[in-house]
Amino acid sequence: MRNVRYPDDELLALSGIQHICFCPRQWALIHVERQWEENLRTAEGHLIHQRVDDPFFTESRGDIVISRAFPLVSHTLGLYGVADVVEYIRSGDGISLPGHEGLWTMRPVEYKRGKPKTDERDEVQLCAQAICLEEMFGVRVGRGDFYYNEIRRRVPLSLSAELRERVRSLSEEMHDLFKKGVTPPADVSRKCNLCSLQNICMPKLTKKTLSVGKYVRKHVKEACSKDV
Amino acid sequence: MRKLLNTLYVTTPESYLTREGENVIVRVENEERFRIPIHNLEGIVCFGYMGASPHLMRLCSDNNVGLSFLTPSGKFLARVNGRVRGNVLLRRTQYRRADCCDASLEIAKSFIIGKIVNCRTVLGRGARDHGAVIDCDRVRTVDALLIENLLKIEGCDSADTLRGIEGNCAKFYFITLDELILKQKDDFYLIERNRRPPLDNMNALLSFLYTLLAHDVESALETVGLDPYVGFFHTDRPGRASLALDMMEELRPFLADRLALNLVNMKQVSAGDFLKKENGGVILTENGRKAVIGAWQKRKQDTITHPYLNEKISIGLLPYVQAMLMARFLRGDIDGYPPYFMN
Repeated sequence: MRNVRYPDDELLALSGIQHICFCPRQWALIHVERQWEENLRTAEGHLIHQRVDDPFFTESRGDIVISRAFPLVSHTLGLYGVADVVEYIRSGDGISLPGHEGLWTMRPVEYKRGKPKTDERDEVQLCAQAICLEEMFGVRVGRGDFYYNEIRRRVPLSLSAELRERVRSLSEEMHDLFKKGVTPPADVSRKCNLCSLQNICMPKLTKKTLSVGKYVRKHVKEACSKDV
Repeated sequence: MRKLLNTLYVTTPESYLTREGENVIVRVENEERFRIPIHNLEGIVCFGYMGASPHLMRLCSDNNVGLSFLTPSGKFLARVNGRVRGNVLLRRTQYRRADCCDASLEIAKSFIIGKIVNCRTVLGRGARDHGAVIDCDRVRTVDALLIENLLKIEGCDSADTLRGIEGNCAKFYFITLDELILKQKDDFYLIERNRRPPLDNMNALLSFLYTLLAHDVESALETVGLDPYVGFFHTDRPGRASLALDMMEELRPFLADRLALNLVNMKQVSAGDFLKKENGGVILTENGRKAVIGAWQKRKQDTITHPYLNEKISIGLLPYVQAMLMARFLRGDIDGYPPYFMN
């Protein structure tokens, strides 16, 4: 699978890497079944993003140039998406930036609701964004930042080889499921209560021991044994 | 389970629907009469010819809110659908199954088993509750006929046979519903089911309730990404929402028939709520429609335990839950389509 270059029409949404990292079924429900339910969490997410989703808005603060709603693509991962913010940072090496002097390195910044999470969902997303930048601009991106809304602080993330490997294997899993067009059964756990797609997923359903055939026969039998 | 949101029924015929930000605005003669955030709505049903702005239609389609237009008397005019949503693989599977007689027949059996079992429950409950005042022998005779047909379904090997079974059951069930009308018997009776147009008050009431149910079922199917026009029991006919009709079969006795009986028996509707038109057809008056919609809305808030999922849900979510179960079955999560059996 390595060294594959995915053509344009096989690219998948980069944002899905968070979903598949959380639960393959959730990813498939959103990206294969195309079901999506807004709940409080996703709605809150939109509100925070409104500030950053303005593609015509670049700020420059001397040694840092900020570009918002930055389009991304990686043909080795087969993913496309948009970064909340990409920062160009003036440094000794890197790439040149039209309209600015000197050399610049790049850093993706992702705005997040709430506090730093304990799982790797956010990390793989940021890392995937960095890999896109590396491919698009031929630069090395060693670090990305989260800006967590609740603590109003930046948290840096160093993009290790392990993390990059995890991103590659998740994107492979996405492409594999997408190609087969399957929605895997749920792996029921406590995580299900945090999931905005619980109602659509019906996680217990995929674990049901009662077959529909048996259920129907049982009710027919009951109906026929009751007198009016 | 997801929360049941409200359906907005706009009964003033002069109403025009527009949008302001994330709100639905109802205007009458250019004056704002009502506003509600789209996020509180499940659907909008509008009785009138004035219509709605394309901007509002977009708001509905983006938020998965079904939007239907009916004439002031409740006859279906149009539904507004946005972009096709959901999974193309799901719809492909739906079409492939619908093209295959055997697969369709299996699913159709589920609908009809659900329907006949629920018809029996409606009759049985009526007989139990009012045994003293109704002709129980008549009910028992029909009930025996329903059971006999019910037992034939599993081994039934053609769609035509199944249609025969369904037609037979429906006919006898309907005339027996007449036994369960306990009050206002001079104004409400069921000699037969007639639809185009309904020729008596009871048929008009049932037709109106079925229209409300059809809107909800069609919206539910679209929400989960199924095509309401391709069914497994009802054959394709341009303009006919066959899958919605299929899915309504098992829900009619529970959601519509019993509500119609209650409305009459509790005297929540009376002869004055109906109009006989010059063509012989009977329709509900505006006040009559308001009374029926009020009762329908209230009924949707009641809670039941779904027998297959073993989960408590509001009655109003039933169409959505059944649509979801159909989608899950077609996508291979479960081994058949589990109809809803009322308790």
